[in-house]
Parts: sequence; structure tokens; C-alpha cells
Amino acid sequence: MTVTKAEALDWLRKMSLIRRFEERAEEAYGQGKIGGFLHLYIGEEAIAVGAMAALRPDDDVLTHYRDHGYVLARGIDPKRVMAELYGKATGLSKGKGGSMHMADAKHHLWGGYAIVGGHIPLATGMALANQYLDLPRIVACFFGEGATNIGTFYAGLNMAAVWKLPLVAIVENNRYGMGTAFERVSAVSAVYQKACVFNIPAVQIDGNDVLAVRDAVRDMAERSRAGGGPQLIEAMTYRFRGHSMGDPQRYRSKEEVEAAKARDPILLWRRSILENRLATEAELQAIADEADAEADAAVRFAEESPAPGPAELCRDVLIPEQESDVPEDLS
Amino acid sequence: MSQKTYRDALREALREEMIRDERVLILGEEVGVWGGTYAITRSMFTEFGSKRILDTPIAEAAIVGTAVGAAMGGLRPVAELMTINFSLVAMDQIVNNAAKIHYMFGGQIRVPLVIRTPAGWGQLAATHSQTFEAWFAHLPGLIVAMPGTPYDAKGMLKSAIRSDNPVMFIEHARLYGIKGEVPDGEYTLPLGVSDVKRPGRDITIVAYSRMLHVALGAAEALAKDGIECEVIDLRTLRPLDMAPVYASVKKTHRALVLEEDWTTCGMGAEIAARISHDRFDDLDGPVERMGQVEVPMPYARNLEALMFPDERQVTEKVREMLS
Repeated sequence: MTVTKAEALDWLRKMSLIRRFEERAEEAYGQGKIGGFLHLYIGEEAIAVGAMAALRPDDDVLTHYRDHGYVLARGIDPKRVMAELYGKATGLSKGKGGSMHMADAKHHLWGGYAIVGGHIPLATGMALANQYLDLPRIVACFFGEGATNIGTFYAGLNMAAVWKLPLVAIVENNRYGMGTAFERVSAVSAVYQKACVFNIPAVQIDGNDVLAVRDAVRDMAERSRAGGGPQLIEAMTYRFRGHSMGDPQRYRSKEEVEAAKARDPILLWRRSILENRLATEAELQAIADEADAEADAAVRFAEESPAPGPAELCRDVLIPEQESDVPEDLS
Repeated sequence: MSQKTYRDALREALREEMIRDERVLILGEEVGVWGGTYAITRSMFTEFGSKRILDTPIAEAAIVGTAVGAAMGGLRPVAELMTINFSLVAMDQIVNNAAKIHYMFGGQIRVPLVIRTPAGWGQLAATHSQTFEAWFAHLPGLIVAMPGTPYDAKGMLKSAIRSDNPVMFIEHARLYGIKGEVPDGEYTLPLGVSDVKRPGRDITIVAYSRMLHVALGAAEALAKDGIECEVIDLRTLRPLDMAPVYASVKKTHRALVLEEDWTTCGMGAEIAARISHDRFDDLDGPVERMGQVEVPMPYARNLEALMFPDERQVTEKVREMLS
């Protein structure tokens, strides 16, 4: 294997943290402590973790609304993520964004976006800025396979391809857009084949294999960074939970879900670590315990944090004009 | 001072800001090689090149979305939508991204973006003759500017480009050719400040964009009969500066609002509601509104001519309100 022990354990730690964090979020949702929609990433963790391992810390990331995993994979404090789910002042977006709108601009996480496909042109624009400013950063834009039938997918990636922008589109194909199987509504159901309309490189990979994700994202990101223009990765995966909370899942059988769980990305990676003798059972147990403790601490922090004060309601609508910018020297 | 067209005033603003700040770039359909459908960016492609003047595909959602993303990434893009009718294709980007991103992420991200687009008409029928300023003025998180004179157009566009907020900058195709005083040197005008364009004591006429000129024409005609209209140009529709309107109504006790849009749920309704609520005791009668006939725009020249209130109708309305 082309990974170090430290990398292997770091990825397992992050995938385990996302899993445990979301299980705790699920419980809190059931208790009415988290409101609105809660879209769980359980089963898809290898994509966020593999991708973040491949990207540089200042590469720009935009995501869809199933976004907790990316934030945690980038190493953001789970306490602030859970606090956002709880709608607390200590949350990433001060409790104003919630589950679907996680951002941490300091860490180049530019937000979860909840209108399907609506953030793809934003990624084009951020990549344009990076090219314009001659920065070595690329943009990674994550979205589901369901976003590849809407106009902004085509309009956004076409412009990125025309301008040869440093952009990697990572499509998480979990096979269902809400409850509709992709092949029922998409004339072409292998997403990577759609890249031909932009004349850009594209690959389809096993999105449950964290190493395969890391390698593919690293290759595509470096090709894009070197001036190769946008690239597309279709990561095949499966979501173990419903679309959001309260999904009766009439569109798929229990057998199908159980069969998919045999390829749980965390189990696969755990097995791979043991087979390659990168760690002992005891070390892996310690990682699982650590994830538990971190998730528990995140819940405690969220529970104890204050709600945003009423003064927060009308803050950050418009920036006072006198605080608007002056030119910077770009040289 | 020299006389310049509204079109040339806008181009001066764009050129000056691009020279002043390397982060400013223009993107849109036909803004480069063609020189702009309404010639606002004429010759600028030659001057600034393809890095800073970007011809885009016909894809308004991606034009606005890309501009929002570029603004998030540290640039100060000016996106041109060929006409305001095409903003409908970009509505999700304007409403859900441009106007929301700063607030929704708790103030972490700034979107210093200008979307320039003209309203207007001229035998273009139903889909190409609209003016949606009230839709945009409805949105918290957006600044909506709609200047009516070359002087205001230049000074306000420069401020819009320097603003850290997303600005919907609505021009008017039928104003591009009008001339007015525009100083040669550098100046800016603040956004969100209404302007008294003609002082008067008898009635307040509130207008903006092309209807400002209808109001001024009517005021001129009425002055011959000794009726003095105070004409107030809103200039910015969000945030609204009502102070000059209230000061005027305190003096005149009557107000008429002109708009080119359909009046239902329009700017006139908002202005009338604010005056009626905040200055009820100053009023001697109801605030009146005049706007477009509530039908889609027809093609035929004679029918189109019936769509908007003209100077004659405005003078009649004023006489009726004063009688």
C-alpha cells in the first residue's frame, strides 16, 4: 500500500468521527434538539476523507447540503459543527445556516449549498478567481449524481472547461436522488460519461475505498493545478440512511441496504489496515473510542452553548458601505 | 462640466474603476469583442483584453453564479445581463446565492458583486419589455440601484463596484442616449440616498429611472400654470431613503408615485404604504400611484404606446389630486 501508518490511521479516525458524530446528531434530532432537515452522510465517509487527504489545506471547497462529512474531514472542530446543528451562537455560521449550510471560510470551506446544482457555477467563479489571481489553489466542488440533470451543471462546467479553470468536480453517486433511482430519471446513468460534453478528463472510482478516492483526487487535482483544466470524478457509493430524517425508504429493499453495508467504507479500511499490518486491533479500538469521546464532547459543547442573541437576527444582512473595500496591491 | 450620455457615463465609471482596481473584471454576453449589446463596453476589450473582459456563453445562471464565486474568491466582478428579462434565468443565483451568502454563513463570506442590466422596451413584446426592480427590491441582502441621469449613473456605478455588497444595478435601454452634466474628474455618489431633482411646494412626485423624466416633464408643464411639483428621485430602491420624501410630504401634503412596472405589489405600493403609515397626519389625501397597464406588453406600436403613463396623463392626475 502507498500509505503511511499515520495516514492510514488518520483517515480511519476521521471516518469514524464522522460516523459517530452523525449517529449522535441522529439521536439529538430524535430528541427535537436539532431541527429542519438532517441529511446524513453515513456510508459515504470515504469520499470526504479521501478527497480532503488529497487536497491542500488552502484548496477551495464547495459542497452540497449533505455536508457534515467534508467539514469534519477537513479537521474543523466537531464542537462548532454540532453547535451549528443545534442552532447555537458558537456554531460555524453562528447558528444561522444549520445542517445544510456549513462554512468555515478561514479553512477555505465555502459552504454547503442546498439548491441542487446551484453551487456549481460558484465553483467555476472561485476557480476563475484563482486563475485570475495566479494562485496555486484549485477548487473542489462536491455534488450528488442528482445534480447532473440540472442546467447549472452543464452551464457551470462548460464555462470552466472553456476557460481551462482549476476545478475538480467530485460527483458522489449514491444511486438515489431522494427516493428516485438515478437510472429512472437520467438518460445517461454513468455520470463520468457526461463529461464528454465538456471534453474534460473523467474517471469512475469506488467511492467506498478511501485510498482509491485519495489517489484519484490527488491525480486529478494535480493535473488541474498544472493547467489541465477541470476534471470530473464519479465516486460510486451508497447512503445507508434515508435521504433525510423521516424517510420511509419505500424505494429500496432492506436486502439492498444490508448488502450495501457489506461494503461499509470504515469496515473496508479497517480490514485493509489489519491485512497490511499497519496497526493492531488495540490501536483501532483506541481510535473508535476516541471518535466516541470527540462526538460526545461535541454534543456536550452544543448543549451547553448559548443560543444566538436577538441582536444577531439583523446582523450581517448588508455590510456598512463605509466598511467596503479599498484596492489591494495584487503584485 | 461637460454633457455626456448615460451610456458614456457608465463606460467612464467602468473604465475608471478597472484602472483603479485590478480586481475588477467584466463578464457577460457580448461584452467583449462585440463591445456590449448596448455599447456600454465599446472599445474596452481592446483596452483591457480578454483576461478582464470575458465573453460568456448564453447562460445567465452561470454568468451570475460565476460572478458570485469570483467575488467570494477575491475579485470584484461586474456581470452584465443583456436585459433584465434574462435575469429570470439567473434568479436562483441572485436570490439564494448573491443575496444570502453573507448572512447565511454568519458573515464569514463577502460577495462584492455588481450585476448590471437594463430594463426597457421598444416593440419587443411580452418577454423582452419587462422591469423587475420590485422583485429584487424585495430581497434582504441585496442593494438595488436604478439611476435616472448620466451624473447619477456614473457616480453610483463607481460606488456599486467599490461596495462589498451585491448590487443589482438596473439601467434603462431608453435612457442610454440621454445627455446630462457629468464632471470630468473623479466623483462617487453614495448608494441608498434619494435626491430632490426639482423643488416645489404643491405636490410631491416620487419617481426613478425613466419615469423620473416623465415626472420632470410634467412638472415643467404644470409650472406654467403655477403648480409647483417637488420631484424626488429614489435612485436606490433598496435600501430606501425615505427622508427626502417625508420632508417633501410635510410641505406639500400630497404624493404621487410613478413607476414603469405593474403597480400591483410594486415600488409604488411600498412607497405609498410607508408614507401613509409614517406620515399619515401630513397627508391631505391618499397617496396615488401610476404605472404600467396590468397586461403583458403587446407588440403593436399603438398598443404599446398605451402601456405607460405619459406627461399629459401625469399632469392630469396632478390637477385631479389638487382639485
